[in-house]
Amino acid sequence: MKNEWPLWEIFIRGQHGMSHRHVGSLHAPDAEMAIKNARDVYTRRNEGVSIWVVEANHIAASSPSDKGPLYEPSESKVYRHPTFFDIPEEVGAM
Amino acid sequence: MYAQMVQSEATQDDPEKLAAFQARIDAGEKIEPKDWMPEGYRKTLIRQIGQHAHSEIVGQLPEGNWITRAPTLERKAILLAKVQDEAGHGLYLYCAAETMGVSRDELTEMLLDGRMKYSSIFNYPTLNWADIGAVGWLVDGAAIMNQVPLQRTSFGPYSRAMIRICKEESFHARQGFDAIRKMAEGTPAQKKMAQDAVNRLWFPALMMFGPSDKDSVHSAQSMAWKIKINTNDELRQKFVDQTVPQIEFLGLDLPDPTIKWNEERGHYDYSDPDWSEFFEVIKGNGPCNVDRLAARNKAWDDGAWVRDGLLAHAKKKAARQHAAE
Repeated sequence: MKNEWPLWEIFIRGQHGMSHRHVGSLHAPDAEMAIKNARDVYTRRNEGVSIWVVEANHIAASSPSDKGPLYEPSESKVYRHPTFFDIPEEVGAM
Repeated sequence: MYAQMVQSEATQDDPEKLAAFQARIDAGEKIEPKDWMPEGYRKTLIRQIGQHAHSEIVGQLPEGNWITRAPTLERKAILLAKVQDEAGHGLYLYCAAETMGVSRDELTEMLLDGRMKYSSIFNYPTLNWADIGAVGWLVDGAAIMNQVPLQRTSFGPYSRAMIRICKEESFHARQGFDAIRKMAEGTPAQKKMAQDAVNRLWFPALMMFGPSDKDSVHSAQSMAWKIKINTNDELRQKFVDQTVPQIEFLGLDLPDPTIKWNEERGHYDYSDPDWSEFFEVIKGNGPCNVDRLAARNKAWDDGAWVRDGLLAHAKKKAARQHAAE
């Protein structure tokens, strides 16, 4: 399988103003073809206004097993949420 | 407002392209980094987003000043979290500016050598704990006034950064109000401190929105481009209308004796800040301008070995990996 095309991760901007969101992946020999293929695979029903492609091996990802050490520390920091503070109603929205 | 007096650039582009560009903006479409845009739009936005980012970063200094002296562990943790948010907001905004083709280092250098500005408000000192409450409540409150409409700005990356920032800002204003309320409802000495903080920070907070509309020369083009949504005076009035009842709720005296409800206008009348003071601060002659820039320069210089060291380490690791393959 030496000549297998690389895998590309595909990101589509669904409508003006939104961020690109990951929609899936596909194989393609290069970036230009990846965009063309992404158009055919992921935007056949007008799902997008813009496409980003990134070669999958360029994506560094956190490990699911690191969930605890990564996110648990913020659980005890409830004061980061505005609702932590008791603001009387007559003061208005804040 | 975190970006004041952003000079808009005259544009000398193909009139046809300009008209098509304006039509997109008028239709409410977002402009994205790869779209064609007038050079003036790009330059003005780099200046505005950059100034906004610098304000978030320099804004950490007056509050960071009180982290180690917060009155309780809880207040300390809260203030630390708030200052951490400001760093994050600066980073979101720098990244939005970078999509327009300016580099992070270029922006940093322009801040450090004074070519780019940050909000005038951060050139005022935080003298005591009451000031920290007043900053969260009044300064972040004023910033929110400006940032909420900017969520609808025409440049996509800026708009998305503003949406993220606004989600986090509510915590900032509320923790400030909560802190100053504690003092306003405390001992007579604490109440006096709260009053003094409001008195000192009121006019500098009003200055955040920039000069009065009649002296604001850069507004028309920026408003047509939807990188400015409201005029300075509109936002200032909105801020006054929202804040006066809050001051009254706290049982504090109004910091400006001319503040009075105007039945006919449906708004509070108020006095403008001393604009000559504002222009002096912008020119570099505020109480803390020298300290703020010196602190940023020192942080940049002192951090050089860390930046260089991490980069050298990353290069070494990549070379090792390459050799192993």
